[in-house]
Amino acid sequence: MIKALIFLLFKEMEGGCRIMATSNKNRMSVSEMIEQQKKKRKFFNQLERLIPSLLLIIASISVLTTIGIVYTLFAESVAFFRNVPILDFFTGTILKPLSQNPEFGVLPLLNGTIISTVIAMLVAGPIGMMSAIYLSEYAPDNVRRVLKPLLEILAGVPTIVYGFFAFTFVTPLLRMIFPSIEATNILSPGIIMGVMIIPMIASLSEDAMSSVPNSIREGALALGSTKLETTFKVVIPAALSGIIASFVLGISRAIGETMIVAIASGSSKNFTFDITQSMQTMTAYIVEVAGGEAAAGTTIYYSLYAVAFTLFVFTLIMNLLAKYISRKFREEY
Amino acid sequence: MTTKYMDAQLVEKRMSSRVRKNTGWKGLFFASTLFGLVVLAILLVRIFTQGMEYINIDFLMNHLSTDASRAGIMGAILGTAWLMVVVIPVTMIIGVGTAIYLELYAKKGKLQSFIATNISNLAGVPSIVYGLLGLTLFVRALEFGNVILAGGLTLSLLVLPIVIVAAQEALRAVPGQLSEASYGMGATKWQTVRRIILPAALPGILTGAILALSRAIGETAPLTVLGIPALLIPFPSGIFDTFTALPMQIYYWTIDSSLVAEYANLAAATIIVLLILLFLLNSIAILIRNKFQQRY
Repeated sequence: MIKALIFLLFKEMEGGCRIMATSNKNRMSVSEMIEQQKKKRKFFNQLERLIPSLLLIIASISVLTTIGIVYTLFAESVAFFRNVPILDFFTGTILKPLSQNPEFGVLPLLNGTIISTVIAMLVAGPIGMMSAIYLSEYAPDNVRRVLKPLLEILAGVPTIVYGFFAFTFVTPLLRMIFPSIEATNILSPGIIMGVMIIPMIASLSEDAMSSVPNSIREGALALGSTKLETTFKVVIPAALSGIIASFVLGISRAIGETMIVAIASGSSKNFTFDITQSMQTMTAYIVEVAGGEAAAGTTIYYSLYAVAFTLFVFTLIMNLLAKYISRKFREEY
Repeated sequence: MTTKYMDAQLVEKRMSSRVRKNTGWKGLFFASTLFGLVVLAILLVRIFTQGMEYINIDFLMNHLSTDASRAGIMGAILGTAWLMVVVIPVTMIIGVGTAIYLELYAKKGKLQSFIATNISNLAGVPSIVYGLLGLTLFVRALEFGNVILAGGLTLSLLVLPIVIVAAQEALRAVPGQLSEASYGMGATKWQTVRRIILPAALPGILTGAILALSRAIGETAPLTVLGIPALLIPFPSGIFDTFTALPMQIYYWTIDSSLVAEYANLAAATIIVLLILLFLLNSIAILIRNKFQQRY
């Protein structure tokens, strides 16, 4: 409906410019023309006044989305906590949603999420950081102009493709090194998730480091330090807030990542720290349960929302933290 | 080390090791940068060698089938195309409208910064959460069922922040002289926006919209939540039909590949189709940016 309205609007406006030509053809008298122009102008003035409110309505859709997310997650979680005590949910180490006596402890999922995130950050943190240092401090301009877009491609590959790759290539590869590894395990999606996050950390950290003014760098170099010493003792401390913020955003991305873990880490709800075993993350649980036959109104259906709410709160805190760090601790030059 | 003045000899002695350290680390930094690219190369080579021989006319045109040798992905291709039909107009209208409001109409103040903060927070919400919103709102509450419209609207909400931010940047890049000249000629605000600012910002807006679109069609997680059937279904022919999409097909074939090994190859072939589609979209975006981007 909005589309039709806007279309109508455009047509009207264009009609306005053509009025002179058409009126000529119909041999209107001058006074008639003036009358018509007046009417048109009145109409346009009204439209003109309508447009800001129309645009405000459109802009408020994004706010409504947020409200919709928070409301649905909250309302359905409340329904869930009526059946399952909130304390049991957050302290339970057993998750058996489908058994005769279902138990809903979220700790196995939290454990899987945290472990996969840690593995991903162990890969993406150092490698992304070192890539950023190379691109910002060492790479000649023409090399950077080639490497940076290539690295960005990594971020554009759909996560389902990474999931396929982790499941059918990385896990068999890992099996050559650790023969005891399960067909679905947390290690391989963790590593691939790290690869996926590399470009994010690299490009955000690079932005932070390149915005350190050259005069500071040159000062350090003039005192006789090598490029490496300049990087570690001058540039990185100066860009630290941006770098930390990029790490926090990377963590948030890893927590919310779904398809890689849903495919390659299986669905066993073990509470374990053995990374060669299958574990389930919060996101993968949502995929499994929603994709199965969870009828609306059952406890297992509501558990989706309780898990999603936990997930939402975690990522929101991470994102706000990243924003806070980069704003609060930014060094101004 | 305890000398109070610079010891020329000591400095000279340590110089070579410092320089060597610098060179060594430089190599390490370079290798790290290459690491990501090497993984990307392995991934592409692996998928193309695995799936290429399965791509032929039959595979592209056939219905889904449990028989791996006869299965085709036409239904998934059509499903993805229909999703795009929903996502493009919805994201363009809401995204550009919001950007125009924030950049050109809103007074700098609490409301404007509230909407802007809200959008940047939405960009960080995991895609699976959008799936649950779509399930609750579009599939259940509005009773669309798991049809293309529900999937398309869910994906639209997901990529909306990307379109808004891109459109905002494009609008901001239009120099003020242009609109001032327009006002000087007696144009009203909306006339200026519609005839001067929007056309000038269009290439930037389109580039952002295409990038958002390519994000939307590669997205799987929200669709898995909506309850897209893995069954053999007829080709979708409208926005109220149930559907499958390319990423969903990849997902089902991948998780079933432990039962039927050949499904993994079919998944790889479907990935090739998806990657080619994404590559085309991104090429168009780059083309538009290079060809039509005006510098003022």
